[in-house]
Order: sequence, then C-alpha cells, then structure tokens
Amino acid sequence: MILCFIDEDELSAQAVGFARTLGDVHAVTFGGAYQPAAWAKALAAQDADAIVAAGSDRGNELLAHVGAILDQPFAANVIALNGDVVTRVRWGGSLLEEARLHGAPKLLTVAPHTQPAAEIGDIETLDAPDDGSPKVLERVEESSGGVSLRDAKVVVSGGRGVGSAEGFAIIEELAGLLGGAVGCSRVVTSAGWRPHADQVGQTGTKISADLYVACGISGATQHIAGAKGAKKILAINTDPEAPIFASADYAVIGDLHEVVPAISAELRKVRG
Amino acid sequence: MKRVPMTGGKMVLTADGQALETKHLGFTISPHEECAVEEAVRIGGEVVVLTLGPAEAEEQLRDCMAIGADRGILLQTSEEWDAQSTAAAIVDAIRAEEPFDLILFGNESADAAGFQVGIRVARALGLSVVTGLKKIEVSEGRMRCERDVGGARDVYEAPLPAVLTVLEGLNLPRYPSVPGRLRAKSKPLAVLEPARPEQKLEKLRLVVPEGQGKRAEILENAASVVAVMQALGVA
Repeated sequence: MILCFIDEDELSAQAVGFARTLGDVHAVTFGGAYQPAAWAKALAAQDADAIVAAGSDRGNELLAHVGAILDQPFAANVIALNGDVVTRVRWGGSLLEEARLHGAPKLLTVAPHTQPAAEIGDIETLDAPDDGSPKVLERVEESSGGVSLRDAKVVVSGGRGVGSAEGFAIIEELAGLLGGAVGCSRVVTSAGWRPHADQVGQTGTKISADLYVACGISGATQHIAGAKGAKKILAINTDPEAPIFASADYAVIGDLHEVVPAISAELRKVRG
Repeated sequence: MKRVPMTGGKMVLTADGQALETKHLGFTISPHEECAVEEAVRIGGEVVVLTLGPAEAEEQLRDCMAIGADRGILLQTSEEWDAQSTAAAIVDAIRAEEPFDLILFGNESADAAGFQVGIRVARALGLSVVTGLKKIEVSEGRMRCERDVGGARDVYEAPLPAVLTVLEGLNLPRYPSVPGRLRAKSKPLAVLEPARPEQKLEKLRLVVPEGQGKRAEILENAASVVAVMQALGVA
C-alpha cells in the first residue's frame, strides 16, 4: 500500500498521480492546526510500502520528520522511481540525481509540476494527538499590495543591467501597463535595490506567468529555476551571448534603458 | 552551513557524472545558510559555525567568522554525504558543544536540496524544530517565528533550545569587511574527520536534464514586441 499525504494545495493531486504508478494508494490527511512533528508521527505509524507527499514546504517537512522517526532515508522532489532507484531534482531543477533509495518504507516527495494530476478519491482523516511540538498558532493574512508575483499573468523583471534601485522606474511602468508584477534577480536583492519578496529564483519566488519579461538579467541557473514556470520568456539583453537567451522564447538584443521605455510607449500608442 | 559552487548559466558535469565540473567556478555559502549565519550574529552571544565538506570549506567558515561568528567546526570529508549521514555527523559534533540556545540551518542547500538535515538533527537531539522561516524573534528563553504560506504567514512559538531552519529573505546578509577578514584569520577552527557511513540514499550519477537550449525568436523593435504580447493575450 502506498500512503499518500493530501494537503490543501493543487500539488497533492499530482502526488497521487505519481503514487498510483507505484501501487494501491491510501490517501490521508489531518484536521486541526498544522503540527508537523505530530502529523509525521501518525504517518510513520501506518503500515505502508511507501509514504508519498507533494514536494511542497509541508510535504518535504513531513517526510523529513518521518525519515527521522523511522531512521530511514528520504528522497525529496522525485520525478521517477524505478525499482529502488529514484531520479530527483537538484539545484532547483537545473540538475537531476539518480540515487538508490535503500530501506523501507520508501519515503519520497514528488517534484511539483512534473506529474499529471489524478483524481484523489476517498481521503481518510488520520488522528494526530497534540504532542506539545510546535504548531501553527495563528495565520496572519498579508495585506495585498497589488498583483502577487507568484500568480501574476505577466512578470517584468530587472537584473544587474538595470543598474540601480531608481532604474526600476521603467520596469515598474511596463509592469503597470501590462497589469503585471515587478520581479528581479538575486543580484538585485543582494544589492538592496529591491526587497527579497520581488526575487524570482531558486531561493526566491517560482512564477507561473503567461509571459516573463527578463530585462538585463544574465540568466544564471539560480534565476532560471524560478522563471521556467512561465509559459513564455522574453529576454532583453545587450549581450547576445547571455545564457538567458538559451531559456528564452523571444529575444531583444539591446539596452533595456532604451528598449523598455520604447515598449511602454508602443503599448500606449496601440491603445490610443 | 554548506559550501556550494556559484553556478553560471549552464550546468557541466565531471566525466564520471558524479559532480558538477567546478574547475572554472567560484564557491560561496549556500544562500539560505548565509542568512542563517547573519541571523545568528544579529541575535548575539557566542556564535559557532559548522560545516560538513571538503578542506576548502575553511574558506566559507572564515567568511562566516569575518561577519561575526566566533569560531568554526569543519567536519572534513572527501566525498559528498547523503542527508542522513550528514545529520548524524552534525549531531555528534553538536553534542560536544552543549549547552547551546539555538541551532540554525538553511531550509535546504542550493545543490543537494534534501530538505531534511535540520529536522533530523532536531529529532536526534530531542529538540523542537520549525522550518522555512523568514522572521525570528528570540526573548526570555522562547522564540516566536513566522513562515510564508502563499499570501499569509503562519506563526509558531517554541521554547529554547530549539532548531530553526531559515530561508533567504530573513535578512540581508552583510559582506565581510577587510578588518573582519583579518580578525577571522586568527579565530579558532576545529577540524574533525568523521567516518563516512554506508549511504542509504546512494548517489549513482548526476544528469543534466534535457530541453536546455532553446532558440529564441529575435524581435527587432518595440512594435514586434507588442505584437507578440497581443498574440499571447497579455497586452
């Protein structure tokens, strides 16, 4: 039996899709406040051949606890399991690892957006008594200031080539015209030009926009890991050799300080 | 803390497929851990920085000492270790350091991204653990912390000592200053060489995923950019 943890997010249906390729799935969830150590204890007590969850923050956290409780290895963000050999994601998806997952039960999470979703079916709510371990005490809703980076249909992003915090005015203008969000690369947040909440990347936000406009961004793997969820990527860069173009669908070879205002002007023109 | 290569635009592997080719790459502190070290220095008290890695990881330990850590521990290894054995070696090293108030980790390393070492260490030491944090407040033997959950923040509390794993964005790490680097040279560094146990998540090889290297369509002017935006339904 394959035990599959079901959370509130859409990734759980993908985890079920993967789990079904391994055997009969028993889908489980929990009620009440999220308490990872206690929930993991209840998962670890089940008699399963494998315990599977989505490679989400919670999924990875729960399986790590289960691995610690059972003293068994845990493979995070798996895209395939053949026998006992897993293929898992490293470097935010820029590299894959094939590894032998010893021990039982097999503990793994499923890399997001790499598997088709499946009908989840019946879900059993397991009991997880409060064991005094840390749990969510309250949830504070963020006051939404504009379009969220994660869900925006268009993201216009600036990198080192923007040159300064003030340089982002033209990026903000274009994003505003498109009803999109402003993003940036890690160089920009490290320099303090933009807050970390604006960072697109492996250690920032992973976007899912219809169009990503990357301005003056060289395209390090750390950045691409956050941008590749976009359906289309348009890169604007003075350097035709910039690695970003290998990930882009559309390219403008030119200086963003001229190209970006020209696009904004053209948008205004066609809209009359 | 983990020493990781600064990858550029492309992943290139060694001939045996066991590691990234790093001949032409620099190295850095894995981003989440860089914030963990910065946070430890801001919280104050004696800060000990620990890594498991090659002898060259002394460079990153010295960087941490340059921004304010007081001393370092290097668990020196010649090969990559899986998360389970990494956690076990860290537990042994930390037990020799008791008592302590707080153990900070990055939520996951940039390279191996196992998402588990901090949790395994906490459970082995019988400590509370909260992960993925972007805000930490420590006071009076307790800590209160926050984790982003897509448009909201979940609040946790725990008594100290505790294990916390953090994310980039928790703070803006400072750069090591020149005087800091000079001071770091004379700070104590203990080097231990733990034995590598059998690997239960046994790396066989690394693979560069297919599909890298698109051919982008060149757009010559703003009008063609806007035409594309209209065709995509976003303009």
